[in-house]
Amino acid sequence: MPGLVQSIERAAAILRLLASSAGRLGVGEIARSLDLPKGTAHGILRTLQAVGFVEQDKTSGKYQLGAALLHLGTSYLDVNELRSRSINWADPLAARSGEAVRIGTLLEGKVLVVHHVFRPDDSLQTLDVGALLPLHATALGKVLLAYDASTAATVLRGELEPYSRRTLVNPRALARALAAVRDAGWGAEVEEMTVGEAGIAAPIRGYGGLVVGAIGVSGAVERICDTKGQPNPTLVAYVRDAARAVSRDLGAARW
Amino acid sequence: MPERYVVSIDQGTTSTRCIVFDRRGQLVSVVQREHQQYFPKPGWVEHDATEIWRNVERIVPRAVAQAGAGPEQIAAIGIANQRETTVLWDRRTGVPYGNAIVWQDTRTDSLVDELARVPGVEAVSQRSGLPLATYFSGPRIRWMLDNTPGLRERAERGDVLFGTMETWLVWNLTGGPEGGIHITDVTNASRTMLMDITTLEWDPYLLSFFGIPASMLPEIRSSAQVYGTSRTVLPGVEIAAALGDQQAALFGQTCFAPGEAKCTYGTGGFLLLNTGRELVRSTHGLLSTVGYRIDGEAPVYALEGPIAIAGSLVQWFRDRLELISTAPEIETLARSVDNNGGCYIVPAFSGLFAPHWRSEARGVIVGLTSYITKGHLARAVLEATGWQTREVVDAMNADSGLALRTLKVDGGMTSDNLLMQFIADVLDVPVVRPMVAETVSLGAAYAAGLAVGYWPDLEGLRQNWHRAGQWLPAMDPQRRAQEYDNWQRAVERAFGWIKQPLA
Repeated sequence: MPGLVQSIERAAAILRLLASSAGRLGVGEIARSLDLPKGTAHGILRTLQAVGFVEQDKTSGKYQLGAALLHLGTSYLDVNELRSRSINWADPLAARSGEAVRIGTLLEGKVLVVHHVFRPDDSLQTLDVGALLPLHATALGKVLLAYDASTAATVLRGELEPYSRRTLVNPRALARALAAVRDAGWGAEVEEMTVGEAGIAAPIRGYGGLVVGAIGVSGAVERICDTKGQPNPTLVAYVRDAARAVSRDLGAARW
Repeated sequence: MPERYVVSIDQGTTSTRCIVFDRRGQLVSVVQREHQQYFPKPGWVEHDATEIWRNVERIVPRAVAQAGAGPEQIAAIGIANQRETTVLWDRRTGVPYGNAIVWQDTRTDSLVDELARVPGVEAVSQRSGLPLATYFSGPRIRWMLDNTPGLRERAERGDVLFGTMETWLVWNLTGGPEGGIHITDVTNASRTMLMDITTLEWDPYLLSFFGIPASMLPEIRSSAQVYGTSRTVLPGVEIAAALGDQQAALFGQTCFAPGEAKCTYGTGGFLLLNTGRELVRSTHGLLSTVGYRIDGEAPVYALEGPIAIAGSLVQWFRDRLELISTAPEIETLARSVDNNGGCYIVPAFSGLFAPHWRSEARGVIVGLTSYITKGHLARAVLEATGWQTREVVDAMNADSGLALRTLKVDGGMTSDNLLMQFIADVLDVPVVRPMVAETVSLGAAYAAGLAVGYWPDLEGLRQNWHRAGQWLPAMDPQRRAQEYDNWQRAVERAFGWIKQPLA
């Protein structure tokens, strides 16, 4: 059995200390209470602050529990925040790939479209931000499912609605597909939702690698796939680059 | 043959950015650097022009290197700049006389009040196309000449040069004290109150009205024209465009035909409408300005409606009221309710700009009842930007006789879907977002590329423009009319708040 991680124990002690304190605590007070070097306490506090578990008062410099701790169970990244942070990467993805781009998150067993960039050909298109898509029949959905064990278990237990002849309606086939997404780091859907259409998606990650959404392109199957019906590797690379760029931005910044 | 690029320098209010664009108008690399904001007194805002020049020296070579290119691969440099910010410097040493006075600075308010009583003031608006206000450069030059000991004498001897930021950068790029070219572009010149808006030349009447020696002034050039060759930063590369930032956004959005308009939603909002070869004089509270001029062609005019507070109202909601922790969360909070609950916020924090121009107005929140939640307030915050846009569009339609058919939008607030839908709803026209968000930088690049033949013509540039998103109006006309009436009654309640102190 592996040993316990000391810094996590110390972080937990700091959180307990802050939770039981009547007011905010300074770094010196925390270090003295736990008999830690001030530098160590400061490093842990800064990390906890970065993930939103503690907050620092601007004027006094003292710490308190962060708002993120109060809704640990709910989504920690606001969907409008996700759109705002990804908009500068979604546009170039559409320009480079020549395809429509969508960003989705999980909402009540569906994919919620939080951002949509038109295919750059100026044809008539309608924004479908706010639309709900099925998880098992879309590239965005398969990627989101692949990294959310509990939602995946629910979906695999339930009925898988057929949208086309190629929709994965067999739970075992879907489970295999999700494992393949985790192995590859991206996912695709070929005529599983609509005949003649395909999509490619990759995960957007926040702090610690937590998947907060998926970004992908979709369009006519002959443009998304090569002559063998496999997702075009160039498009896959574009999608993964964009997903990594958004993830970098999310992980690097604090909120 | 190696790929060639155009370099764009966007000298903005808070930072300077250098972007390298390719032939398809796609962003290849970007480097940005912020500069210090100085607030020496309430209402005063200054920048250190030398710091800004040093930032340009640093970021331009870095952006070109990041693009994997050498100076020989750069076809031209284009400049977009914060408008109306005023720098005076010594012709022989290149050292500025104090800090630059920034466009937001209101130190000239009492000077402007005085000037408003000078006989002959009626002709000032007629000649310049602008209302007499602290917003423009002319009064700032006068203030500096009046308040810097010995400066007026030196200016009259011809030792002092004036410029807005593009003038300062071009002069430094082309050699500074050793043969630097002293020019301004016509869009920037149109914001000084010193240029005759019909002849596009410095107006002796206006110069004498403001008491400004002609020897300080740069030569007025077209917006897209080779001004000279860079002797530093990117030696040998031609400097081929300069435009004020809002005009650059108009150009970057390819609003080349009369009736085409764009609105940039940042801290404030700036709506510009292309009025073509015709100068439209506003009778509804808008500014007449030059949109752009391509060398060898007639100028293209624009009507402008500046809105002082747009995104900054969201920042206030976040930083002062602390009801949200990030700006995008305003949309989440606003969507927690179905409507504004009868609540309206008029953000006249420092008076109202277009189309009212009421400096004595102050912000109000009206329609408060015990029913109102923070969700309703969040709606009212977003709706304030929508209604202010509607007021400016109504004024534009009335002034130009052109009914707006589509509004092209850009800027940070375009990521707010609720707001973009609301703007489409209240204007009753489609709102369209382009694929390239960096329209200011792109506009400067386009103008420069056009001047050196990197792009063949305006039609070629239009083909680079693609729709990334579109919001269609969906509001019931009766509800629109009712809500607009409520908004207008709210605005009336903001008027006349600041009064002279009781004697």
